[in-house]
Amino acid sequence: MNHLLTTEGLERETLENLLTDADEFAEVLTRPIPKVPALRGKTVATMFFEPSTRTRMSFEKAAKALSADTMSFSPGTSSLSKGESLKDTALTVHAMGVDLMVVRHGATGTPWRLAEWLDIPIVNGGDGAHQHPTQALLDCLTIKQRFGSLDGLEIAIVGDIKHSRVARSDMFAMATLGANVTLVAPPTLLPVDTTRWPAATSTDLDAVMEKMDVVYLLRVQTERGGGSVFPSLPEYTNRYGMTSARFARLKPDAVVMHPGPMNRGVEIGHDVADYERALVLQQVTNGVAARMAVLFALLGGDSDV
Amino acid sequence: MRQVMDGDDLTRVTRRIAHEIVERNHGLDATVLLGIPTRGRPFADRLASALSEIEGKAVIAGSLDIGMYRDDIDTRPRTRIGPTDIPEDLDGKTVVLADDVLFTGRTIRAALDALADLGRPAAVQLAVVVDRGHRELPIRADYVGKNIPTSLEEHVSVRFREIDGDDGVWIGKEAAS
Amino acid sequence: MFDIVISGGSVLTRTGIEQIDVGIADGFIAALGSGLEGSEMIDASGAWVGPGLVDLHTHLREPGEEWKEDIATGTAAAAAGGYTAVVAMPNTVPAIDNAQIAFYVSERARRIGYADVFPAGAITMGRLGEHMAHIDELWDAGVRIFTDDGTSLDNAAVLRLAMDYIANLGGVVAQHAVDSTLSAHGCMHEGTVSSRLGMYGIPSEAEEIVIARDLALVRLTGVRYHVQHVSTARGVELVAAAKADGLPVTCEVTPHHLTFDHNDVETTDPDFKMMPPLRSETDREALREGVRDGVIDIVATDHAPHAAREKEVPFEHAPNGVTGLEWAASVAVETIGDDMARFFEALSMTPASIGQIPAHGLALAADQPAHLVVFDPVAEWTPETTRSRSRNAPYLGTQRTGSVRATLLSGKITYEAGS
Ligand SMILES: [Zn+2]
Repeated sequence: MNHLLTTEGLERETLENLLTDADEFAEVLTRPIPKVPALRGKTVATMFFEPSTRTRMSFEKAAKALSADTMSFSPGTSSLSKGESLKDTALTVHAMGVDLMVVRHGATGTPWRLAEWLDIPIVNGGDGAHQHPTQALLDCLTIKQRFGSLDGLEIAIVGDIKHSRVARSDMFAMATLGANVTLVAPPTLLPVDTTRWPAATSTDLDAVMEKMDVVYLLRVQTERGGGSVFPSLPEYTNRYGMTSARFARLKPDAVVMHPGPMNRGVEIGHDVADYERALVLQQVTNGVAARMAVLFALLGGDSDV
Repeated sequence: MRQVMDGDDLTRVTRRIAHEIVERNHGLDATVLLGIPTRGRPFADRLASALSEIEGKAVIAGSLDIGMYRDDIDTRPRTRIGPTDIPEDLDGKTVVLADDVLFTGRTIRAALDALADLGRPAAVQLAVVVDRGHRELPIRADYVGKNIPTSLEEHVSVRFREIDGDDGVWIGKEAAS
Repeated sequence: MFDIVISGGSVLTRTGIEQIDVGIADGFIAALGSGLEGSEMIDASGAWVGPGLVDLHTHLREPGEEWKEDIATGTAAAAAGGYTAVVAMPNTVPAIDNAQIAFYVSERARRIGYADVFPAGAITMGRLGEHMAHIDELWDAGVRIFTDDGTSLDNAAVLRLAMDYIANLGGVVAQHAVDSTLSAHGCMHEGTVSSRLGMYGIPSEAEEIVIARDLALVRLTGVRYHVQHVSTARGVELVAAAKADGLPVTCEVTPHHLTFDHNDVETTDPDFKMMPPLRSETDREALREGVRDGVIDIVATDHAPHAAREKEVPFEHAPNGVTGLEWAASVAVETIGDDMARFFEALSMTPASIGQIPAHGLALAADQPAHLVVFDPVAEWTPETTRSRSRNAPYLGTQRTGSVRATLLSGKITYEAGS
């Protein structure tokens, strides 16, 4: 593995090795000194062309827990607005002495461009509505810690599938790890063509949720692509929200997940997020461990995971 | 590959080292046994069962992975991270580290760094099956199964049934797979 | 003794394809015959000799965006691609919506001498889709094709009035048929690949809707109507049906829509970004079939240069367009095969007649201006360099079949292979 760009096509063994390592790093994070010297002397740059404080913090915490130095770039403080091309920006930051770049960008494919222009490992920290592979790792880690394995689990991903990089990354990773994934959304928020996706689709949450082991809720945004995608928020909640009434109908050991930030009262009931079977904070904690595993896999030594 | 110890030799030195540990520490009450993965781990387990026989009570070994503490991360192929599993609080205890081969000392240095992040033991001791020399750091073992002088080109392979299918120690010019 | 003799080729004459020599003197075809002697000889053995190619859809970028291309570099690329005449799209800065800019463009090209340039005029002022451009003035300056290319003229009322006006003059309305609301955020074909990549798609219907609406207005106004860069199977069907109904309708397809499809966008390489977008495999096959059977009248390049810096950005942020002048003839022969008559019809004669371009696109005969191309239909080559100022072409580095040996404009060699 030279880069981590997408979960699509990742070997099961690669995913499992990353999850095993992530579990070890999760243990490191519980120590009195939650830090190891593994990447001492390495520099990790976070290039966030699209603001996301929490993902950036998670990557920086992961890098620091491995004793790497971190640098951060954001367009607000940069020359991008002055017409510098993305390539020049990337080459400039690289020239400062960077061993790995984490890239988040609003446009699909940006991390691939950087991987083409630079000779260092690139981690996709989220590109457009395309991929967000470390999110998929932390989600799979969270599920694996809860259920022991993803094999045969029924997982529903609910919400704005069409515009969600989380849905795409999670779906491919979960399916590779043996889960049965169902994508649930209003018809306007399902992608046009999912025929080659390793997932079923549904527009009816009530019809599919009772068999689910995991219900993964996506954040709702009301305006997309210049038009309304559903009539109103209450109507969305009524059909697709994980209300406490719906929660009560889930299997007794089923869990609810959310990538954050949550709209309480919209896609997730006000109280539901605080239930023991809502794993939202565990996902956040695991985010650091999963990202440590990725950084270590790409910078710790020169052979494959 | 030339065999220098067989399974019986391995069992004998393990028992001897177990006795030495008990003598030196006046029992096991304040002692924690940690194996360094990969092959320090079965060695620690065998020391634990020998100690259990001697003391007449269950002794459990933990494991301490040093993959995150290496100082040669750029120059060697990446090894998978092994488990770190510390059975009890280390503060004030005597930690006995167990490994298969003592060579440059860098693995032990990394282990000492790892230990320092996990607690503050009163003392740290080192038990190895083979000391092959060529130290690059001021580190020595407290308990040695066998001193085997080697050249740098030689490879020392300690094999445990649990991992390798058979027991014994071999020396050769080529790396054992 | 002629100035130049092109010898040994298959020559497209008014009476058919003949194995004869072409003698050129004083810029004109002086003789068609055997054993002609010239002070300069061009070996055309194994090659096709016909009228210089005519491109109905070129973006020369001058005036206003000379960092991408200018008339000199653009027409040099045209000559290298076998073209002797190109129609320059009016989306320059400022737009070609008045006679002064039209004169500037054609006059500058005449002085440079690589190819004759016939500017197309904007339909609306500034291509803003509101007020009629100086259509009369443009007509008098020789403009025959009117288009707001780069954007679709979506306002039916504005378009209807322009059609009435242009129909009366005898001009052609050419439409960049992509509905602007359906394509608003889109940057690629809507389908399985856009779904995977999470990119906003442009449904095929964005093209069909505009063509269908425009055809209704053609029926109303009687204007000659030309669909630019048709990209969908249904778009081709609509044009075929309109032709069957006797409407004065023609259409073009670009080389890149014949070569590539939306699967190529999986690479997110911005060189595959253009408008209309690369469609599905099925669409691409329908377009190829359309060129072969003539439902699609012509191949037009939509040569759209952009500086490297402008394409060194994520796909979604990159400008639309690929360059095409230098390999369009190869793609055409790859599509059409060894049908020489169809090749020259699709790349020279029909484009000249649609665009009412004088002296170009004519089967060879004595006393015509010598606007000629010598084209080897089986030579294999790999484009590595370009005469365009820009290199935004996924064709670079790929092996092609069919290459230009020589291009002549008014009897002067504007391009010769290997020189
Ligand atoms: Zn256009």
